[in-house]
Amino acid sequence: MSATPVRAPRDIAAPGTGGVGDSPLRPDGTLKVKGEFAYSSDLWIDGMLWGATLRSPHPRARIVSIDVAEALAHPGVAAVLTHEDVPGRKHFGLDHTWDQPVLAFDEVRHQGEPIALVAADHPETARRAMEKIRIEYEVLEPLTDARRAAFDPAYPQVQPRGNLARHQPVRVGDVEAAKARAEVVVSGEYRVGIQDQAFLGPESGLAVPAEDGGVDLYVATQWMHNDLKQIAPCLGLPEEKIRMTLSGVGGAFGGREDLSMQIHAAMLALRTGRPVKIVYNRYESFFGHVHRHPAEMRYEYGATRDGKILYADVEILLDGGAYTSATMNVVGNAASLGVGPYVIPNVRIDAYGVYTNNPPCGAMRGFGAVQACFAYESMMDKLAEACGLDPVTVRQVNAASQGSELATGQVIWAPLPMAEMLQQARELPMPPPLDPADIRNLPGGASQTTHGEGVRRGVGYGVGLKNICFSEGFDDYSTARVRLEVVGGEAVALVHTAAAEVGQGLVTLEAQIARTELGVERVVIHPADNQVGDAGSSSASRQSYMTGGAVMTACRAVRERVFALAAARLGRPLDTLGELSLTGGKVVSESAGVLASIEDVLGDSVVEETREYHHEPTTGMDPVTGRGDSHTQLALCVHRAVVDVDVELGLVKVVELAAVQDVGKVLNRLSLEGQIHGGTAQGLGLAVMEEIVVADGKVRNPSFTDYLIPTILDMPPMRLEILENADPRAPYGLRGAGEPPTLSSTPAIVAAIRDATGLALTRVPVRPEHITGSS
Amino acid sequence: MRVTFTVNGRRETADDVWEGESLLYVLRERVGLPGSKNACEQGECGSCTVYLDGTPVCACLVAAGQAEGREVRTVEGLADGDRLDPVQEAFVECGAVQCGFCTPGLVVQAHDLIERVEQPSDAEIREALAGNLCRCTGYEKILDAVRLAAARKAAAS
Ligand code: FES
Ligand code: FES
Repeated sequence: MSATPVRAPRDIAAPGTGGVGDSPLRPDGTLKVKGEFAYSSDLWIDGMLWGATLRSPHPRARIVSIDVAEALAHPGVAAVLTHEDVPGRKHFGLDHTWDQPVLAFDEVRHQGEPIALVAADHPETARRAMEKIRIEYEVLEPLTDARRAAFDPAYPQVQPRGNLARHQPVRVGDVEAAKARAEVVVSGEYRVGIQDQAFLGPESGLAVPAEDGGVDLYVATQWMHNDLKQIAPCLGLPEEKIRMTLSGVGGAFGGREDLSMQIHAAMLALRTGRPVKIVYNRYESFFGHVHRHPAEMRYEYGATRDGKILYADVEILLDGGAYTSATMNVVGNAASLGVGPYVIPNVRIDAYGVYTNNPPCGAMRGFGAVQACFAYESMMDKLAEACGLDPVTVRQVNAASQGSELATGQVIWAPLPMAEMLQQARELPMPPPLDPADIRNLPGGASQTTHGEGVRRGVGYGVGLKNICFSEGFDDYSTARVRLEVVGGEAVALVHTAAAEVGQGLVTLEAQIARTELGVERVVIHPADNQVGDAGSSSASRQSYMTGGAVMTACRAVRERVFALAAARLGRPLDTLGELSLTGGKVVSESAGVLASIEDVLGDSVVEETREYHHEPTTGMDPVTGRGDSHTQLALCVHRAVVDVDVELGLVKVVELAAVQDVGKVLNRLSLEGQIHGGTAQGLGLAVMEEIVVADGKVRNPSFTDYLIPTILDMPPMRLEILENADPRAPYGLRGAGEPPTLSSTPAIVAAIRDATGLALTRVPVRPEHITGSS
Repeated sequence: MRVTFTVNGRRETADDVWEGESLLYVLRERVGLPGSKNACEQGECGSCTVYLDGTPVCACLVAAGQAEGREVRTVEGLADGDRLDPVQEAFVECGAVQCGFCTPGLVVQAHDLIERVEQPSDAEIREALAGNLCRCTGYEKILDAVRLAAARKAAAS
């Protein structure tokens, strides 16, 4: 161990008394509003150095030589490191250990790829020293054509293992035969631009060298144990010598699934023997994490005249950029959810993920399902038009429900009242018509671009189906340690997991579960670290389910031991006490009433239990047919969007977004609504604003000046209808909730713009020039 | 250079400040007040909002030297010890805080709004907070929080 930084994470007492179903305050809320919550960029320790990362300006180049001598001689510089200084394995990756170099050596494969590291006494010193590192490049033509990367064997290789990361087919029935029977055929080509997670807290963290030759890492991440698995071999250290503590995370949304500064800061700390802090700025953050895969999608549907779909013929091409990151599973999701929540008897889907020299892409909220959802929902609207149906009816005609089969053959065994949810969305009251009296209500807002002339209203629907938890046969689990003891005369539960609180409110929920299961009021949340077992990632909307399940299970194990203690204290055999529970601070027997207070039963004993929680196993997807029960849970959100469009200027004002979502069970309404609002907002961003613009492999807009995320002026009021059709396999019947609204809001908004303009709009984000036809 | 200014009522002196350093850097790294956040350092996100002589500014756009002799109030200076300011209280209660990285800036900006405008309309709230990005909440709960804080303030006065 080593010295502890100022503002290192500590135990937090959870306020309030709320159990499962209530909305107690966030344990970290008060610290956050006071500015006292320690984010990974806020850590500080005596003698600390600042690390900086030199990155490639070229998307593709051979590195001829690297000369660090001058940088090393710069006053105030403590270390300059290159690939030669990586103590262990030179590569790391989420799925493949060979994926991505810690520091580039032979070749750089994307703009912004890390090449060298500097540690200095001031961030500005580090930056100036970095400018003195001399790198000779042989600049190469970047390989940026995803289609050629997928299908042209003559296209040069980005990765030595070929340009195709994964091809996943799905085959059901006989598409060719169905084509002959179709009375209506619609087809479309759709594109999704690169979206950025744009979490507000940039990548950052602190590495402190320890006396045992190891290192203490304070980082903001989504999955500590997976980080550790990648970090340890690269540092050449056993995992026990790397102690990781989750520091305050300023949002994640998939962008912290991959490593960023972790190995780099540790290398600098181990080399200099001093603590090293690295904080990316916004520009660097755009290069410091992967983005949402851009997609090119070709869809053809055939149907009967009354709108029943007979076949789907689909090709989805996802550009993963230079390294694999999460591409394998993103392709799996795009394939298995390629036609969404619709029953289609004949399906041919081919999903491809490829390597190029474009920016690396990986996990982002919605994960492969977002791209497909934009395409399949656009197709549903096209089909509605071709059949003379309204968009809700055509969806209802083809809607999946409990007992239906997905394209993969997986049977939806939990409730899925999609047709009813669509009906509910349709019947919600409409927002009042455009009020041109207040210019702020109009597209263009206070810029006063219109007084209402040329403004048309449109309404659109979107439905999204998202898999919850990890899929495709992954042994997905989480671990929780729960301790119950008497402190200051009162029973207190301490909950310890490695699960990453990234803003979603998991720490609030952990305390609620402990209260419900243990009947105590006081709950303390221990900082997340790797001194307890793996919790899996804060992604795939899985933490309520998985870590929630683990806390529930550990609490129940603690409870059993408290019952045994109660029996011993009463001097009676346990099985004579009747059905027991812990309620209101008491051990209660169903037959005999209150037996004793928990405090009296516990006395000086400390009851601690650690449990793993695994969800129902899933299977892989057949590599040829895609068949398999690859998902454990599926969650649905329906959106209705109302927009006003200035058709002359191409400006869009989203007037209202209404969501109908089935969450199985409301665990905490306040947090849940926040997740649906936030997910919806990111879908709006993709629909009309957000895109990393890339030319010749280079990012053109790496700043918040040029990459626009929704502001409070862009977001409309959001109406929510939350349903609770329990999933009997999930803890408390819950369904993961964070991602589905990110899927459905994008196509709903685009459909509404189409409704207002009559345009085809096959690409997101929709830009003004797509509406005015000036591009 | 040396910069002396008042922060949250306390006189602070920072030595060896580089010319390029922003007020935000000095607050966060030299005087131990990291509450103001550094999400863009370009004046686009508002996460670094502080009062400078009573007016909200982006601390990332203020050169440290410009703060010489002036009065700064940061998010750390809003609560009265353990008693939260009504805006802070409303943010926690309404669920306006998720990751919280935007929160310090939003709290200062909202604090200024309800100082200036009694019972602001939704349009006024949206306008006042248009320079503060939040990636987590979609802003609905932030609107709730500002409405609640304004209502409580009006009721108390
Ligand atoms: S950090 Fe100052 S405005 Fe973003
Ligand atoms: S709460 Fe995360 S950015 Fe606002």
